[in-house]
Amino acid sequence: MKPAVKRIIFFAALIVFWELGSRFELWHETILPSPVSVYDSLVAGFADMTLVYDLAASFRRLLIGLVAAVIIGTGVGILLARSKTADETLGTLVLALQSVPSIVWLPLAMMWFGLGEGSIIFVVILGGTFVMILNVRTGIKNVDPLFIKAARTMGSNGLDLFIKVIIPASVPYFVTGARLAWAFAWRALMAGELLSSGPGLGYTLRYASDFGNMSLVIGVMIIIGVVGAIVDLMIFQRIENNVLKRWGLET
Amino acid sequence: MFIEAKQINKVYFDKNNKPNTVLKDIDLSIKKGEFVSILGPSGCGKSTLLSMIAGLVSSTSGEIIVDGKKVVKPGKDRGMVFQQAALFPWMNVTENVMFPLRKEMSKKEGLERAQHFLKMVQLSNYPSHYPHELSGGMQQRVSIARSLAMDPAVLLMDEPFGALDEQTRSRLHGQLEEIWIDTKKTIVFVTHSISESIKLSDRIIVMGTRPGTILTDITVDIPRPREQHRQQIAALEEQIMGLLKTEIDKVIDEEQAYEAGS
Repeated sequence: MKPAVKRIIFFAALIVFWELGSRFELWHETILPSPVSVYDSLVAGFADMTLVYDLAASFRRLLIGLVAAVIIGTGVGILLARSKTADETLGTLVLALQSVPSIVWLPLAMMWFGLGEGSIIFVVILGGTFVMILNVRTGIKNVDPLFIKAARTMGSNGLDLFIKVIIPASVPYFVTGARLAWAFAWRALMAGELLSSGPGLGYTLRYASDFGNMSLVIGVMIIIGVVGAIVDLMIFQRIENNVLKRWGLET
Repeated sequence: MFIEAKQINKVYFDKNNKPNTVLKDIDLSIKKGEFVSILGPSGCGKSTLLSMIAGLVSSTSGEIIVDGKKVVKPGKDRGMVFQQAALFPWMNVTENVMFPLRKEMSKKEGLERAQHFLKMVQLSNYPSHYPHELSGGMQQRVSIARSLAMDPAVLLMDEPFGALDEQTRSRLHGQLEEIWIDTKKTIVFVTHSISESIKLSDRIIVMGTRPGTILTDITVDIPRPREQHRQQIAALEEQIMGLLKTEIDKVIDEEQAYEAGS
């Protein structure tokens, strides 16, 4: 059986079980609304455009945050890989900060940037930056010494060696870094939106919860999951697989 | 002399700061256009010596002169082929061969040159393939073309066929011999295979180990193509085998002593 068929059967069974459970009142509608009411609230949300505006607002923040995270992460990652002193000082700080969930920064960010766009984007950037830094650093440090030796015998050194050989050789790590940065940034974005003002998927989730609209809460959760899975599968895993294959790291 | 190594010594310091002599008092001269093999058991420093000629490794004392110039760093006058092809996976075959040319000539010239040398290694049908799409033998041929494309005075080869299967290796021996005859390059070829060195080279420098020294310098005067002179090859092989046996025994004894001691 094809994986796609297995998946369809699995999800269909899950939804049928969920619907039957609601029909036979194994649990109460206010605790876990049925798939049909979740579907209805999603349709209503898209019909009056609130969910569309939410998606657009969330994606805008994500894009700004992720691009900034990738740029900053690449810069700092290169610095840590090239300078031993930076690695021993700033590198330790990065390692420590990486274990702090980025949402923890929100109170500070609100003091600095106010209760809106700025602080959410700040949290998203922090969410993606550290993992990008660490991957870029590892990538550059792990370039096969043979590539460097071969390039040097072909008259390449210094900046030319770095740009033409070391950077391209570490591209697989850059891609993995960007993929993880996206995953972290997406989580940070949702957390940030839950705690601040709208529009945005996370904000609508909290708003629905405040008004006891559990079917919309579940609907937004499903959107968050589906968007996450689609971006990961369709964009990042595809790029990653192509790069790994080309770079000879996977057969 | 075209390549000259004078009183080369190389000492490494291990973790306990104990000196470890890799190469001791190496004197070697190689004529222009010669095909010289450096043969020895593993650990004799033959690859280190080759890397010194390439300028990738510095010596503790002594100097190496190539074409009248002292070697201080790598340069395009000395092309190097490694045991692994070391092709850049993000470039296709042609781009790889053009890599050393990009600064000194136009794209068009570089492309023509790359095509010429890819033809020489019989890979002109694979210009846009990526390294991962080629077999090990094909990759190594691209690597040879890449070195030749920068027109080096010397081609340094560090066990270039060591990772290939027997049949591929044998075919590449033939190709390399033809390339050498066509281009008249000076080739320094490091190997641990006695038959490979006899098949290919004008001269065989046999090295001993611990510390790495030159045991003997054998001139191979078997006419080419050499496959037809089986008896002469066998006789020479036996002679070298005898020389190396004591060296290999030395390595094994030392390893056993080390294991017994630890």
